Amino acid sequence: MKKKSKSDSSLITHYSSRKIDIDYVARLANLPLTKEEKKTFEKQLKEVLNYFSKLNEVDTRKIEPIDHITGLVNIAREDKAAPSITQKDALANAPKTHNGFFEVDAIFEEQ
Amino acid sequence: MIDTCNLTIKDAASLLASKKIKAQELAEAVLARSEKLNKKLNCYVTICSEIALKQAKLVDTLLASNQKLGPLAGIPIALKDLFSTKGIRTTAASKVLENYVPVYDATVVSRLKDNHAIIVGKTNQDAWAHGASGENSDFGPTLNPYEQSRVPGGSSSGSAVAVASGTCLAATGTDTGGSIRQPSSFCNLVGLKPTYGRVSRYGIIAMASSLDSIGHITKTVYDNALILNVTAGQDNFDSTASAKPVDDYTQNIEKGVKGLKIGLPKEYFDGLDPNIRKLIISAVKTLEKMGAIVIDVSLPHTRYGVATYYIIQTSEVSSNLARYDGIRFGNPREKFGAEAKRRIILGTYALSAGYYDAYYLKAMKVRRLIKDDFINAFKKVDALICPVSPTLPFKLGEKNNNPLAMYLSDIFTVNANLAGVPSLNVPCGFISSPRETSSLINGLPVGIQVIGPYFSEKLLYQVGYAYEQETKWYKRKPEL
Repeated sequence: MKKKSKSDSSLITHYSSRKIDIDYVARLANLPLTKEEKKTFEKQLKEVLNYFSKLNEVDTRKIEPIDHITGLVNIAREDKAAPSITQKDALANAPKTHNGFFEVDAIFEEQ
Repeated sequence: MIDTCNLTIKDAASLLASKKIKAQELAEAVLARSEKLNKKLNCYVTICSEIALKQAKLVDTLLASNQKLGPLAGIPIALKDLFSTKGIRTTAASKVLENYVPVYDATVVSRLKDNHAIIVGKTNQDAWAHGASGENSDFGPTLNPYEQSRVPGGSSSGSAVAVASGTCLAATGTDTGGSIRQPSSFCNLVGLKPTYGRVSRYGIIAMASSLDSIGHITKTVYDNALILNVTAGQDNFDSTASAKPVDDYTQNIEKGVKGLKIGLPKEYFDGLDPNIRKLIISAVKTLEKMGAIVIDVSLPHTRYGVATYYIIQTSEVSSNLARYDGIRFGNPREKFGAEAKRRIILGTYALSAGYYDAYYLKAMKVRRLIKDDFINAFKKVDALICPVSPTLPFKLGEKNNNPLAMYLSDIFTVNANLAGVPSLNVPCGFISSPRETSSLINGLPVGIQVIGPYFSEKLLYQVGYAYEQETKWYKRKPEL
C-alpha cells in the first residue's frame, strides 16, 4: 500500500510543488477576484495542494476509479411529457427579461 | 406556554392527537422562542411566522374533524436554507441568492408538507454548505447555545442550534463531509447522514453531487427515525435516489444490541483529544454491558480521507457553482464569499487540463480503496463506532484564517461520505474545557457516530436507541 507508484504519484508531487496560476484558473472559472484575494488564495491553496500530495503514498496502479457508490446503473424514466413550471415561473427570478425570455448581454459585438 | 425545549416529536404528536394541545398553540410557542433566541444565536435566515400559523390552523381543522394524520402533523420543523421552498426565500446563506425565491419545493419539503409538518423557518449555515463551523455564512455566524463564544459546528449550524434551543422540534440538513453529524455532536443532538441515495436530493442546492446526503437533526433517536420514515425513498426527480424499499424505522427500534458485533476502527483514535477518547470508550463499554460484542478493526486508508475528499468535493463544487451566472436567477459571481471562491478555484484547478489525472482521477482511485475498507470491515462486524470530531466545539474565529486547519475538522466524518455508507451521531456526554472550567458549568457536548453498511439505517437507530435509553444525554439542555 505504501509503495510509491511512479506514474501518478510523481505527477501529483510535481504539480504540488508549483504555484497555482490564479489568473488562469480564475478565468476558467469565470470568477472575478480582487488583488488581495489572489494573493491570499495563492498562499492558502499551495498549502492545501501540499497536503494533497499525501496521496502519493498510496499505490493505485491496479485500482479502478470509483463508479456509482451504491452501484446504480442507467436509471431512466419514461420519456413522457408531464406538467412542469410555467414560463412565467421560470422567469420569476430573472434580473432582466425580454418578451418572455431571459435577457443577456450581447456576446458577439459588431465591429 | 409549551416547553418546546424538552418536547420531543413523539410526545408532541401524542399531545396533538389526544387534543391536549393545539397545533396553533405549539406553532405560536416555537415562533415566539425563535424570534427571541434568533437575536442571540442567529440560527435562522428567515422565520416564516405567517406560513407556519396558516399550516398549523389547517392541522387543527383536520384534527377537529377527526381526520387521522401522521406523526409529523403539526410538528414544527426548520429547514436548512439549502432546501428549495416554493414562495419562501432560499439563500444557501450566500449573497448570491440573497433575494432568490424558488418556484418549486424540494422533494423532501413536499413530503414533509404532505405529512402536514409545520415549516418554522430557514436555518443559517455555512454558505453553500462549505464549512465546519457556521462561520462561512454570508449572514453572520451562528453561536453554540451551550457556550456562545464557541461554534455550533457546520455546515448545518443553524439547524443544530434551532433544535438545541427549542425553536423547532427537528431540522433538516445536508451532510457532504460531516455537515449533519458534526453540528449534532457539538450541540448534543441526534443527526443522521443516510446512505447516499436513500433520500432524494431534488431541489436541494447541490454542493458535491457524488457525496451529498440529505438528513436531519432531532433531539432523540426515535424522533429521527420518524422523519426518515417520511423523507426516504425513490423519487422520479432524482435518478440517484434508490428504489430499495423503505423500512419502518421506528418498528423494533427497541430491539437492543445483544449479540451485535461492534467494530472499533483503530485509525479513528489516533491523535484524538484524550478526554473525548475517554467518553467514546465509555460509550462503547456501555454497549458492551448491554450485550454487544466489541471487536478491534482497521480501516487502513482512513488517513487519506481528507485529501481525497477535498479533491473530489472542490472539483464537484466548482462544477455545481458554475450555474450561478446571475442571468436566470441570483446575483453575479463576484457576490460569492471567500470560502466559495477558494473552493471554486481549487476545484477548477484540479479539473483543468493536465491536472485531472494527478488530482481528480487519483482521488477517485483512493476513494475506491476507502470504500473497500468499509466493505471489508462489515464482513467482520455489524456496525462501527467512532468519534465524530477530533476536538470539542472550538472558539469562534479560531480556524478562520487557516482553511487547511478547518478542513482537518472533517477528518473523522468524510470517509462515510466517500464510501456512501450511513452514519448516525448520538450524544455521548459532556466535557469541561480544562482551561475554562469556571465559565462552563455544564461542559461541552460530545457525540459518537454509529456507521453501518449500505441501507442499514434501521440498525443504526436500534444501536443509537439502546445507548440513548441507557444514558439519556439528550435531557441536558443549554441554559438560555
